[in-house]
Amino acid sequence: MHRVYKHFGPDQPALAGVDLAVTHGEIFGIIGRSGAGKSTLVRLLNGLERADSGTVIVDGVDMADVSGSALRTLRRRVQMIFQNFGLLSSRTVAQNVALPLRIAGADLAGIDGRVADLLHRVGLIDYAGKYPSQLSGGQKQRVGIARALATAPDILLCDEATSALDPETTASILALIADLNRELGLTIIVITHEMDVVRQLCDRVAVLHNGRVVESGLVSDIFFTPAAQETRALLTDAGADGAMGIAFPGRVVHLALEGEALAEPVLTRIARATGVDFTILASRIGHFRAGSVGQFTLGLSGGDQDAALAALADQGRVRE
Amino acid sequence: MTGVSGNLYWSEISRASLETLAMLGGSLALTILFGLPLGILLFLTSPGQPWASRAASGLLGFAVNLLRAVPFIILLIVMIPLTVLLVGTSLGVLGAIPPLVVGAAPFFARLVETALREVDRSTVQAVQAMGATTRELVLLALLPEALPGIVAGITITAITLVSFTAMAGVVGAGGLGDLAIRFGYQRFQTDVMIVTVVLLLLLVQCLQMMGDRLVRYFSHR
Ligand SMILES: Nc1ncnc2c1ncn2[C@@H]1O[C@H](COP(=O)(O)OP(=O)(O)O)[C@@H](O)[C@H]1O
Ligand SMILES: [Mg+2]
Repeated sequence: MHRVYKHFGPDQPALAGVDLAVTHGEIFGIIGRSGAGKSTLVRLLNGLERADSGTVIVDGVDMADVSGSALRTLRRRVQMIFQNFGLLSSRTVAQNVALPLRIAGADLAGIDGRVADLLHRVGLIDYAGKYPSQLSGGQKQRVGIARALATAPDILLCDEATSALDPETTASILALIADLNRELGLTIIVITHEMDVVRQLCDRVAVLHNGRVVESGLVSDIFFTPAAQETRALLTDAGADGAMGIAFPGRVVHLALEGEALAEPVLTRIARATGVDFTILASRIGHFRAGSVGQFTLGLSGGDQDAALAALADQGRVRE
Repeated sequence: MTGVSGNLYWSEISRASLETLAMLGGSLALTILFGLPLGILLFLTSPGQPWASRAASGLLGFAVNLLRAVPFIILLIVMIPLTVLLVGTSLGVLGAIPPLVVGAAPFFARLVETALREVDRSTVQAVQAMGATTRELVLLALLPEALPGIVAGITITAITLVSFTAMAGVVGAGGLGDLAIRFGYQRFQTDVMIVTVVLLLLLVQCLQMMGDRLVRYFSHR
């Protein structure tokens, strides 16, 4: 996606020069507040919207060039799940899952078997004959996922797929999405306004604000060293920035430790060597997709503080 | 006053009832036949929909509004030449059907349009995102999802048609409305008037009950 603009009216554009590249097989997060342009962006990827300018390339196809049946064929490879599920209330669970297959012109004889496989995959085989109104939110989203998988897509777009769900259900849906990525090699693009979703699910993330990408990179980098004001604000909302606001008279540093360093007495060792006393102002262990990261906000007093900082930087990442 | 106990009246009343039912059935069927596609077109050509077109939607909307603005009694009269052209007569059950359809189809089309608009947006998007053509979108998603709303619209339209048939009676269409006017109003036979009104009321009640039942049957929300 390169220099993409999209306007809905004469005022503020919904997207103002977006550059993004998503790698095959990764889970890519797009986070931003409501109205940031996330849904617009993701709808460009299956041609529900068209860019005013710039290029959008999906799976090697330039979205500006496709229309009609070529676009419909592409859409089968790029499926989508929605915040409010988008299920047809007039059709049973099995009929909902069968719909994309019917539209794709699949062999009628094979549809039932395929639908049963998909419902097994999402754990809803016993609900095949029920109507969506008889299901819980989490179950509805599982139907949405089964339906999205029906045409064996390469790319799955999730637009606020868990935003209508409670935390426990959210966790199970996120786990299911992660499984699909691992087992089917699906490339997944996750739209959300919740940092927690990005933390648990995504490899990389882009922060969208007023139609612009203000920051993008590895999830753990963005969490620990957010460069943009907007990213920090999102982290603060999620209580994930480690700064709990305890006043400390001396020098304050933020430290992130990963892997082996988390299991070692890093602080006491450095304290002994440099004579610096550490006060833990805030601490948090974050479980990322790539592994766990410990985040600490430390107050420094006495000793050789520069040497302590250098030693900390050896063990993990440091930000003042 | 001899009133409705006379055989003459009962046979008149049953004949008039059958005429009303025939007018209602014929005009309702044709109203659905013309109104449903018109309603779908109104929806599809409106902004943000697959066939969005300012010109088409403006033109259709204007035609529909025009027909809906004309009072039905006026429509009955100005339609006479066209009715004669279409069905060969402007009298009787047959002569009543063209103005009834022209009066009710635009109304029904608006009800269809509204029912389609109520279909959940993300459902429509989901089906489009599956790679559906507009035809598939309408047949596989929009109409089934809007069916309860459309059936409710048919009920309202049928009941409106009942009162239209009574008005059509004035210009020689026959039916219960005609009876009420000729006997009840012009000859001051209040009992005939009361019987026709009771029959019309029964008809309306039946239609509403059947409609409500069907809506419940089709609704899985
Ligand atoms: N179909 C549309 N017509 C007009 N404005 C729209 C439309 N879709 C989105 N917008 C506007 O574009 C901006 C971005 O919207 P959206 O992509 O839905 O944001 P998000 O999904 O991040 O909440 C908003 O200001 C919204 O009002
Ligand atoms: Mg959105």
